Amino acid sequence: MEAQPNTPATSPPDKPARWVMPGLGLFQGLAVTGKNMVQSFYKKERMTTVQYPEERAPISPNFRNFPFLVYDNDPKAGLRCTACSICEKECPPQCIYIVLERDENGKSLKRPKVFDIDLSVCMNCGICAEVCPFDSIYMDGEYELSTDDRFGGLLFGLDRLSKSAEYHMKLRPEQASEVMARRKADEEKKAAAAAAKIAKAKADAEAKKAAAEEKGGEQ
Amino acid sequence: MLPLAAVISEPSLFSLEHLPRLPQRLVELLLGNFGAPEWLVSIAGFLVAAGTVVGVFLGGFALLSLIERKTLARIQNRIGPNRAGWFGILQPVADGIKMLTKEDIVPDKAEKFLHLLAPILIVVPAILALGVIPYGREWTPVSLELGLLFFFAVGSLTELSVFIAGWASGSKFPMLGAMRAISQMISYELPLIITALGVVMVSGTLSLPHIVEQQNGGFWHWNFFTPWGFFAGILFFICSIAEANRCPFDLPEGESEIVAGHMTEYSGFKYALFFMGEYLGLFAISALGITLFLGGWQAPLPGLGFVPTWIWFFGKLAFVIFLFLWIRGTYPRVRIDQLMRFAWLCMIPMALLTLPAAGVWHFTGRGLLSWVLVVPLLLVPWVIVGVIFNKRLAAATRTYTFADG
Amino acid sequence: MVSAPSTYSSAPILEGSDADQLLRVSLGPQHPSTHGVFRMNVVLDGETVVSLKPVFGYLHRNHEKIAEGVTYLSSMPYTDRLDYICPLSNNWAYASAVEKLAGIEVPERAEYMRVILAELTRLINHTAFMGFILGDMGAWGSALMYAFRERELILDLFEDLTGARMMANFMRFGGCRNDLPAGWAEKCSVLVDDYGPFLDEMEKFLVGNEILLARCQDVGQLPKETLINGGITGPMLRAAGVNYDIRKADPYGIYERFSFRIPLGDKGDCYDRIMIRFLEMRESLKILRQALDQLPDGDYVNPKIKIRNFKPPVGEAYARIEGPKGELGFHLISDGTVNPYRYRVRPPSFINLTLLEDMCLGLDLADVVIILGSIDIVLGEVDR
Repeated sequence: MEAQPNTPATSPPDKPARWVMPGLGLFQGLAVTGKNMVQSFYKKERMTTVQYPEERAPISPNFRNFPFLVYDNDPKAGLRCTACSICEKECPPQCIYIVLERDENGKSLKRPKVFDIDLSVCMNCGICAEVCPFDSIYMDGEYELSTDDRFGGLLFGLDRLSKSAEYHMKLRPEQASEVMARRKADEEKKAAAAAAKIAKAKADAEAKKAAAEEKGGEQ
Repeated sequence: MLPLAAVISEPSLFSLEHLPRLPQRLVELLLGNFGAPEWLVSIAGFLVAAGTVVGVFLGGFALLSLIERKTLARIQNRIGPNRAGWFGILQPVADGIKMLTKEDIVPDKAEKFLHLLAPILIVVPAILALGVIPYGREWTPVSLELGLLFFFAVGSLTELSVFIAGWASGSKFPMLGAMRAISQMISYELPLIITALGVVMVSGTLSLPHIVEQQNGGFWHWNFFTPWGFFAGILFFICSIAEANRCPFDLPEGESEIVAGHMTEYSGFKYALFFMGEYLGLFAISALGITLFLGGWQAPLPGLGFVPTWIWFFGKLAFVIFLFLWIRGTYPRVRIDQLMRFAWLCMIPMALLTLPAAGVWHFTGRGLLSWVLVVPLLLVPWVIVGVIFNKRLAAATRTYTFADG
Repeated sequence: MVSAPSTYSSAPILEGSDADQLLRVSLGPQHPSTHGVFRMNVVLDGETVVSLKPVFGYLHRNHEKIAEGVTYLSSMPYTDRLDYICPLSNNWAYASAVEKLAGIEVPERAEYMRVILAELTRLINHTAFMGFILGDMGAWGSALMYAFRERELILDLFEDLTGARMMANFMRFGGCRNDLPAGWAEKCSVLVDDYGPFLDEMEKFLVGNEILLARCQDVGQLPKETLINGGITGPMLRAAGVNYDIRKADPYGIYERFSFRIPLGDKGDCYDRIMIRFLEMRESLKILRQALDQLPDGDYVNPKIKIRNFKPPVGEAYARIEGPKGELGFHLISDGTVNPYRYRVRPPSFINLTLLEDMCLGLDLADVVIILGSIDIVLGEVDR
């Protein structure tokens, strides 16, 4: 689209500048800096810096930095991750590396054998947490992750990534409780479904048995 | 084995007023007591007196480098250095250690000898100039009859060393900085000297202690509070900002344009020497301004004579230097052509105007008649300049329109 | 005297007798005021600029090619890193391009949220600009610190909402990632109320300052036609008096619902560019006030959009918004797979930079720095 020609102004200009004396602007500038200097001694909103290692700026509960994996109860068996690799695929800088654990027969155990995230590559975007369908990966609020070991220290494996569901609950109570409630409901539904299935199977078997008996009786 | 008799014969030696001269007097008395020849006593005395000044101002340099950062930090709503020692008091020490342990880099294309010479040359004239300032009634390190002349003669050496630094670095940014420095300092030296001449005309002497003594009797006797002295003092202040290469006239080092100007190719302790030279120069020019216009070591009110005079002097110095820092925290830098135009078209004519005014003041004496004569003489041209500026500023006013559609 | 350079990376070839009088200076890439890693090969006659060749690419990160290799969603955090001063505008531009491509509707509440965030981003950008330009002029960081003090307050809001201060990664196709937290709109209202006094203080600090007037007026102006032909957009174009703001010229989102005005400049020099940004901030505050008052309830994202395995239909789309720096557009070509076939950014910083030499010729070295500052570039967007 082309630029339009300059349309005439329909509103008067704001605040026409008035010049009282030359150098007034310079004194105004001095007044502003002087005011800032004096007020920095007693006004909180002027002095916004914090002395970092001793004091810290408050962190928003929503703050995200680096992902972690959630487990229920047991760090190994309770890991929610099923190694489905969705996060691996969606990760923008491709910093997630997952190997599925299999038993001797090559059958999937639906849990990760290796789950590595490279901190030096991760850009803390949170997409992995967003796409995960198993409520397994969430963003941590921890931000002091620097280390002097540039290779091993920045590669986070399962041992450093796994954190308990209680940790998640403490970090983001709202999100975690919603997830827990959903998971609980899901489990109950599943259990109910399983129970229904078992009951159905039983009923089926009994019906079959009865039919067979009937058949046998006939013969 | 102190010469007790001599000390008792000089009861004022241990008063606060005489404190800065104490080392010098002690050395002189001690040597005299041992029967040293006259010339040796006076040379030793001079050396100790010079050492006192150098010591005081090197301490001042260290303190100012911290205070400047603290003040600028407060202006910018920060805290400033506070890690080294109590309230960062050891920061200058930390900086010094850092500077000393840094690698000294000399560019391949530099003139090696001159490259080394420049930072030394920039410190020496500043210290020399500090030697002739009267800091207190009893404390003038070197009392020269032509003190003012000596000050300006030595002070102009700074330009030379800045140019040496820029040229000897064999690099482009330092060269640009050096060219800027030379043109700026020469241009501003003229109005600086002319404004000082007014004081010389009224005082009738080039000796700085005499100039101070003539301003005694309360602040209304200071040169700054006479009509010609007021204008001359303001002009002197502006020129001294330019002479000291401070913001908004810090073009030679203009860090947003030419990196660090003449200091670009320096590192380590040579770089620190440039800073030292700059700060000592700042002290020197402020001290001269105080001597000429703010009554030197004179107390502001006659009843305040019980405070040692050098405390008044350093109090005034602190105030003037705070003005420098405040200005540095506020203004952007001017451009080189504007700087030069300002010097030649505004500063020098205005400075020249103060000369006849000072003459009239001198001959009519302090009274109603002199006020009636001098004030219009100065005010009319200032008003004319003001009107011209006002017109130009009005032309600079912009109207902004708003499109709704 | 100076002929065209053989390549941009080499210094210009000089001919004639006074060629040896000229000084060739490489300003950058390591230079205090090139706003990052930008280089200008400048030829100086004394301190007057005879020739200026920009050299860039030091921050090239393959943004477009990377985006063609990852999914549509995965490009979103990369757009944060284009113009890292204002990530949320970039998010919006990219999201609206994908929405156009896939024909996604955006719920009402999400539209309002987007407007609020984009205008807050404009405030951030212009406020930071005031600090940067004063730094370029040689002021010792006071304006920068004041600007950053207020910017931090907006970044706090962003942190509450998006979880990150700068790299927001917040917009999603068909809305936003999460809803406003409780109390956010009220906090934002307070900020909008407090911003006016800050702008007053800043204006008092800068606008009347005679040194600033002397430095900025009549520096770097170009005729309107040149600017239009050069594709310049944003405050730089409007400072020259051309009424072209995409919010009005080609309305997107829900900008038609708000009443605001487009400030137009007088001469188009650096001073006008500063002033236009001041006036734009005041208009942004008006938009924010209206948007916060009208903020409806509802979905923050279109619930029909699936987040995994997102595949837009085959097609092509270009969407643009009025970013704080100018027209920010994204051009996408889809071949129906999860990755875009072609992904192209129209970065305002980069295109506004193209006329740098025309603005600088014949001026001082010190002016070059101000002009570069007044263009308001971010090297992340220039080099991509």
